[in-house]
Amino acid sequence: MATRSLTRATPYAALLPMAVVAVLGYLGAGLWTFYLSLTASRTFPSAHVIGLAQYHRLFDNERWMLSLHNLAAYGALFVLASLVIGALLAVFIDQNVTGEGVLRTVFLYPYAMSFVATGLVWQWLLSPGDGIDSAIRALGFDGFRFDWIVSQDHVIYTVVIATVWQASGLVMALMLAGLRGVDPEIWKAARLDGIPAWRVYAQIVLPMLWPTVATVLLLLGTAVAKLYDAVVAMTQGGPGIASEVPAKFIMDHLFLRSNVGLASAGAVVLLVPVLALLAPYAYARSRKEAA
Amino acid sequence: MNPRTIVPPLPPTTAAAHRREAAARRARRRFTPARIGLYVFLLGAALFFLLPLYVMIVTSLKSMDEIRQGGIFALPHALTVEPWRLAWSGVCTGAACAGVRTGFWNSVAITVPSTILPILLGAVNGYALSFWRPRGANVLFGILMAGAFVPVQVMIYPLVRVLALAGIFGSLPAIVLVHLVFGMPVMTLLFRNYYCNVPHELFQAARIDGGGFWRIFAQVMLPMSLPVIVVAAIMQVTGVWNDYILGLVFAGRDNMPMMVQLNNVINTTTGTRQYNVNMAATILTALVPLALYFFSGRWFVRGIAAGAVKG
Amino acid sequence: MANVSLRKLNIVLGGKPIIRDLDLHVEPGEFLVLLGPSGCGKSTLLHSIAGLVDSASGAIEIGGRDMTDFDPSERGIGMVFQSYALYPTMTVEDNMSFGLRIAGTPKAEIRRRVDRAAAMLQLDALLRRKPAQLSGGQRQRVAIGRALVREAQVFLFDEPLSNLDAKLRAELRRELKLLHQTLGSTMIYVTHDQVEAMTLASRIVVMQGGAIQQIGTPLDVYERPANRFVAGFLGAPAMAFVDGALDAAGRFAADGFDLMPARDACPAAQPAVLGVRPEHVEIRADGALQGDVTLVEPMGNHQVVWLRCGRALLASLVHDARRFAPGERVAFAVDAARVSLFDAQSGNRL
Repeated sequence: MATRSLTRATPYAALLPMAVVAVLGYLGAGLWTFYLSLTASRTFPSAHVIGLAQYHRLFDNERWMLSLHNLAAYGALFVLASLVIGALLAVFIDQNVTGEGVLRTVFLYPYAMSFVATGLVWQWLLSPGDGIDSAIRALGFDGFRFDWIVSQDHVIYTVVIATVWQASGLVMALMLAGLRGVDPEIWKAARLDGIPAWRVYAQIVLPMLWPTVATVLLLLGTAVAKLYDAVVAMTQGGPGIASEVPAKFIMDHLFLRSNVGLASAGAVVLLVPVLALLAPYAYARSRKEAA
Repeated sequence: MNPRTIVPPLPPTTAAAHRREAAARRARRRFTPARIGLYVFLLGAALFFLLPLYVMIVTSLKSMDEIRQGGIFALPHALTVEPWRLAWSGVCTGAACAGVRTGFWNSVAITVPSTILPILLGAVNGYALSFWRPRGANVLFGILMAGAFVPVQVMIYPLVRVLALAGIFGSLPAIVLVHLVFGMPVMTLLFRNYYCNVPHELFQAARIDGGGFWRIFAQVMLPMSLPVIVVAAIMQVTGVWNDYILGLVFAGRDNMPMMVQLNNVINTTTGTRQYNVNMAATILTALVPLALYFFSGRWFVRGIAAGAVKG
Repeated sequence: MANVSLRKLNIVLGGKPIIRDLDLHVEPGEFLVLLGPSGCGKSTLLHSIAGLVDSASGAIEIGGRDMTDFDPSERGIGMVFQSYALYPTMTVEDNMSFGLRIAGTPKAEIRRRVDRAAAMLQLDALLRRKPAQLSGGQRQRVAIGRALVREAQVFLFDEPLSNLDAKLRAELRRELKLLHQTLGSTMIYVTHDQVEAMTLASRIVVMQGGAIQQIGTPLDVYERPANRFVAGFLGAPAMAFVDGALDAAGRFAADGFDLMPARDACPAAQPAVLGVRPEHVEIRADGALQGDVTLVEPMGNHQVVWLRCGRALLASLVHDARRFAPGERVAFAVDAARVSLFDAQSGNRL
């Protein structure tokens, strides 16, 4: 028979792994990275603290600035396209179409594929001379060229195409779940009021779904910050450094270019937009729970 | 029996005219331009989504000659499974030329413990958070959840140093431990949400019956948890199998997972690119999660709806 | 204010026939209640009158026009749903005017109708609020207001009080009755609660298994139920049934039971079921029948005393403060003029 004090202590003991992971694995590691960003670490950690010098170097670094620029352009397009396509797919599938199950399976299977596999396939599809490019020319459109993947100005858009292909299904699944959660009597009331279906979606149902949309935006936004595997597989950051992204910059400088200090500064800077997305979301959630 | 149900009939012409007009209106509604446009859009979208899969399969069954000649969308004239054989056991990754087969078994060796351990711990965490609610636990959970959204690059170098100090960097225990750390938030969330929907009275009844922390977990909650365990397993297997960055950094050359090997095969070989072998290798690598997806369907979707975050 | 007529209505859902060959005529201005247990088809019937469910065959007439194939919004009806189905992101005013705006009604007309409905339902102060900021009663009134602005001829109610607690339910029930007295519109109301039916209806339609069991005023249906189902469904505590037989003289006899029911016509000798309500069972010293007390339920202003007589279990309403002990043998009398007799096989009234 366990004593009362043992009963009281057991939940704490059972949560010890979670405490270790949260405090050391996440919090501790994050703080250590922040500390490293203030030092002159190169291949190995150094205790030589140099203040914000790494950050200055970071923002003087051409490759880093290009990676930020790429991320901003990529991020806006990726989030917008995924949201719109996913929402449209969800609304259309919600119309009692035949073969709904098959369609849902088709739209969601890309999400089961890894970023690497996705990047590799689209690299093949979009390679000039072999892929879609030459197939369209074979159809008779002689002047057609699609060489975005080797063009410095356009390569980042190819990454958009590949990752939107992968993520739209997820957005569709989440929005569809939200749509199905709407009180069916609202639909009946709208039918009685003589309101056409598209207006019900636009003015009644989709506004009701803003919590789902907020979740989708959070997931998509953080996925943008984490973009790494797809770029490595699809373009290796190229041509040259044209499709460089912050996550890749950090990884390269941690392990290949032996500049832990600079990379850590980059990691801290990358954290800023993520926290900017998380904070209002967490705040809104805690207010909803309190209400 | 019912005295007031005798109803005077309507004059036949008016009634019939009304019915015909409204019935015609209803028939037109079935095939409006809007409805046709709906199906066109959906079919078009389906084609866009299926295109890469089709191209992958078709390319992997052609010979290199055929690929050099023909279009990317053409069906293979001379079907060959040689690319598959090569991809599995002959392709070169780095120094060795043994195909992605080694990567496959490495991934299996990594995925199994990296699924069991996080599920176990996630279940205990979710259980403790829902029913026992020790002080400070919600703060820890909050940190965990925030951490799930943060890019891995923020935490990766300190983890490398700690594992190196412990002497296990680049080994199987290292990669499993890392998957445990990064899998814990989602697993805990899944189980916590699941247990929150279990009536609290059940837990209270078990306590009155004399159950303690572990007994209630093992004999009451865990047996009830099959649905969430299935969803968690699907999510974790998919996430671990599809992982690239953690395997790249922590697994070491001896345990290189299939995803890392795949990228090496395709993007770092010199000489002419063997597109058919590359596509075969890609399919082989994507096979496990895709098969899991196609067979589990509804469970996969349930995992997504439970707020699972990938990678 | 319009009438509603249903002729030979057949409704099939998911391959199963729900409503079979149903005839119903609703008078203008009456409050008709469709009463029955879950699954009896009352909601389906209401939805088909609204046009939300298609009928397989038969005719639906509203205000003298055949509306069978018409859209819900063209039938001149208003409907209040169980969950009220107010548009959550719109204000009360927008909720009421949305349908009119879509139909292109001129702004001045919309204003006039909304103000009139708001005044009638005391919603003037609430027009700017959103549904989440309203109480249950206020939400019901907004739902009714939405139907009012359509200048509907017929109002349909789909169990609007089911989601509420008992106290609120009673209060809103009274508001609905007042509203009907004020508006005088035709109202068709669906419920499984017989108290709601009895208090609100001008006529009750009792339904079971997709068919009408009886139509009549509340008193009709309560005092002269057409069959055993109706008799058992209305009244609480429920009517007690005694299995026995009628002899040639019209006397009913069962184990320990013997009664001469007052009847105009003498039914033939046959096995029969006697039905008697608790208020017609009186425990008194000079009663002709004997029974054993099994249970006493004090209700505050009366008691329910359960008596076993032979194989029958009867409830008796006692309005004074007499004490009864379980096991006690008492004498009681049954009001022979108010009992019901049913055919032992078909359950129909004799």
